[in-house]
Amino acid sequence: MTRVARSQRHQIQGIAAAYGRAFGLRLAKAGLTLFAVIVLSFLLVRLAPGDPALILAGDQGGSDPAFVDELRHHLGLDGPLLFQLWRYLQNIASFDFGISYRDQRPVLDIVLEKVPATLLLTGSAFVFSIVLGVTLGALSARRPGSAVDVVITTISVAFFAMPMFWVGLVFIIVFAVKLGWLPSYGMETTAVSARGGWAALGDRLSHMVLPVLTLGFFYMSVHARVSRTALLQISAMDFIRTARAKGLSPWRIWRDHLLRNALLPTITVASLQAGQLIGGSILVETVFAWPGIGRLAFNALSGRDYNVLLAVFILSSLGVIIANLIADAAYRLIDPRLEREGKT
Amino acid sequence: MTQTQTQTQPRPSPLVSIENIDIALPAGSDRKFAVSGATISIDRGEVLCIVGESGSGKSVLASAIAGLLPGDGLQVTKGRLLFDGQDVLSLNEPQLRRLRGARIGFIFQEPMTALNPLLTVGRQLAEALEAHGHPASPARIGELFSAMQLPEPETIGRRYPHELSGGQRQRVAIAMAMACGPDLLIADEPTTALDVTTQAEILKLILALRVSHKLAVLFITHDFGVVREIADRVAVMQNGEIIEVGNARSVLDTPQQPYTRRLLAAVPTLDALRRPSLTDRVALLELDGIEKTHAARRGFFAAKGRSVIALDGVDLELREGETLALVGESGSGKSTLGQVITGLIERDAGHFRLFGDDIARAGDLFTSQRRPAVQMVFQDPQSSLNPRHDVRRILTEPVLRAGLSKAEAHARMAMLLARVGLDASVADRKPHAFSGGQRQRIGLARALMHQPRLLVADEPVSALDVSVQAQVLDLLAELQRDLGLAMLFITHDLRVAAKVADRIAVMQQGRIVEAAATDDLLHRPQSAYARALLAAIPGRAHEADFPHLKRLQRDTA
Repeated sequence: MTRVARSQRHQIQGIAAAYGRAFGLRLAKAGLTLFAVIVLSFLLVRLAPGDPALILAGDQGGSDPAFVDELRHHLGLDGPLLFQLWRYLQNIASFDFGISYRDQRPVLDIVLEKVPATLLLTGSAFVFSIVLGVTLGALSARRPGSAVDVVITTISVAFFAMPMFWVGLVFIIVFAVKLGWLPSYGMETTAVSARGGWAALGDRLSHMVLPVLTLGFFYMSVHARVSRTALLQISAMDFIRTARAKGLSPWRIWRDHLLRNALLPTITVASLQAGQLIGGSILVETVFAWPGIGRLAFNALSGRDYNVLLAVFILSSLGVIIANLIADAAYRLIDPRLEREGKT
Repeated sequence: MTQTQTQTQPRPSPLVSIENIDIALPAGSDRKFAVSGATISIDRGEVLCIVGESGSGKSVLASAIAGLLPGDGLQVTKGRLLFDGQDVLSLNEPQLRRLRGARIGFIFQEPMTALNPLLTVGRQLAEALEAHGHPASPARIGELFSAMQLPEPETIGRRYPHELSGGQRQRVAIAMAMACGPDLLIADEPTTALDVTTQAEILKLILALRVSHKLAVLFITHDFGVVREIADRVAVMQNGEIIEVGNARSVLDTPQQPYTRRLLAAVPTLDALRRPSLTDRVALLELDGIEKTHAARRGFFAAKGRSVIALDGVDLELREGETLALVGESGSGKSTLGQVITGLIERDAGHFRLFGDDIARAGDLFTSQRRPAVQMVFQDPQSSLNPRHDVRRILTEPVLRAGLSKAEAHARMAMLLARVGLDASVADRKPHAFSGGQRQRIGLARALMHQPRLLVADEPVSALDVSVQAQVLDLLAELQRDLGLAMLFITHDLRVAAKVADRIAVMQQGRIVEAAATDDLLHRPQSAYARALLAAIPGRAHEADFPHLKRLQRDTA
């Protein structure tokens, strides 16, 4: 095994040099993408109907035109659009995302408060969907056409086809309302979490079960399908026959030859899903009243709280870009062919 | 089953003895048994070649020896199979695993796909050692690589399969098969995918290992040249049955079975076609100083793009009614040249005249006069015909589009189908309903629908079995003669080139190193490279000793 470890160290050293150069370029490209996202979201939000100044003024009981104008100036909503964009970019460069129209607090503070909750939800759902999806895919690839395969395929297709919010509602009705096993909303029970310790952890976990399952089942079905197909394809390949001819044990063949190769498409799909997960979390957080970014975005949208909405857009795009960078790095670590050929 | 040689003296117990074995195919296959009633033995230290065409059951029989039958329903239903006295059929999977890799080594045809692309070759070799409890120290691995004559044996283990050439990958595969010092090496067409010079080296290596390791080799091939080169004994298989077994010389010289005789007669020899000189004919195609550099794709991660010179100043002339074979190893630029001539890629430099007109750009070939006049036949008849179109559509669609009436198109289709030896009733069937040879006939008919003046055939027979190959080559030669076509025939196989070409041009590294009339090139090669190619042809050393073979081929032909 030491020899193997050493050869792996060599691989990593060899890759590291190429990585240094390459990673810089990747980052530059990611930066450009982020810039484009900021500009586009800004324009999109500004072009949407509904004037936040009017809405806010209405809330405060006045519709005096002078007051509205002053408010507009105060909010940075006056002047030509491109000028507003320039000012916005300048502010962002110093991590100033503006003030929430509603809460009158810095947007960044509000958003960052909500990030952990969303990361907890999407991260757990992400891991859950991959682990369960690949496991189910592997089970059904063992004997294609068998009863196990048919059952798994049916379940996958069903969860893929059902709307996520509907699945969430059914879960709430069955497990929270009828059976009363699990809480139906929120992230914690204040009285319990205040006590801390194991009780608080249990409380948090029980709150997580339904939303994570709702979000995770959908993506699990995708992973189950993708990994099943990939495993079947790989198992027909010549190098699997070579591995058998070498007299390797079925477990070694499965781990080093089958799974390793079959994970490549799963990584691709997972990186694409990172973006969708954030979209999915808007639905799930709204259904389960989960105090995360998704619900924040939903509320900001209905209240025309543009600065908050923009910050959510930009931060979630940043999340997607980072997820793709990670997937890319993972792909390159696993597949040596990419490094030399320079495929993207 | 015919034994060409009765066993005269009692032999020591064979390493492998297979007795009357049946291997059933899954229900619903076109025949019931992949192998039926096979009886054969392999002695210690001998090289047994199993020869047969695709589907003859030769690979299935070989994989049964170590319980390596593909999972989908193939099963030994009858017979006995002993390896070193052990009844293989009664062993369970863990016991079989102790045979595989340790006492029986395997190598397969495609060195490209036979190695896991994600692991270093050193790790894959280590795996073979560790699986059988041998230490996999770097020293041991270097030693094995060095025994396989791989370059830089100490460090090559850190490289990945895609970083090695085809021949090197096959050496790695042999290193894995030899790692635990097996008694038997099963080699399933191990050189079929390799260039002829690489093939010669690999065969040499296998023969050397056989001597140094007292190894028995079961060598599966369809190439009688290879058989001649290495076999002690030969078994011929047809439709799952062993129809002839005997010592190599006697099977090759005095084959008993008509099928064996047919196979042997189909092997192309290096006898040149003799045809009147064509130097007075009009030149259809003139190439002068053609250059093409493939720029390596500049990826995000590649620091700088590397480029490959595919064509480095190629001059070529093809006359009306002439067949020119373009011969070279993979990467020599022969296919690139074919693509330049058919306009599929743009050249970087050089003059290109077709039918007396200058072709300034590749796009100039795509005119309503020129496109029909230059047609192609591709290597893989499986993938070059649209699987969802029936033969009628495949053949008539292009000419209908070119303005031919439906009646004319169908008349021409019927004529050509008859010409390539297919019944007109096949027009409604889709490509999958045909065998490889039949598909290549359809591909040929498709190319001829336009009544071209120049046919570019890129390895049109290299995917076909030898007897089918001979039929398609005969058909090509016949059509070419009757229709007065000029043909550029691209191949890696000098024997095939000899069979069809008036002239042969040998390519190496983007240049034509020698071009001469077929007979001159085969018997009086001027360039060192052409000589090397000729010397590497398997079985050639023996050709002189087998004058009766030529007689035999004349008789059967």
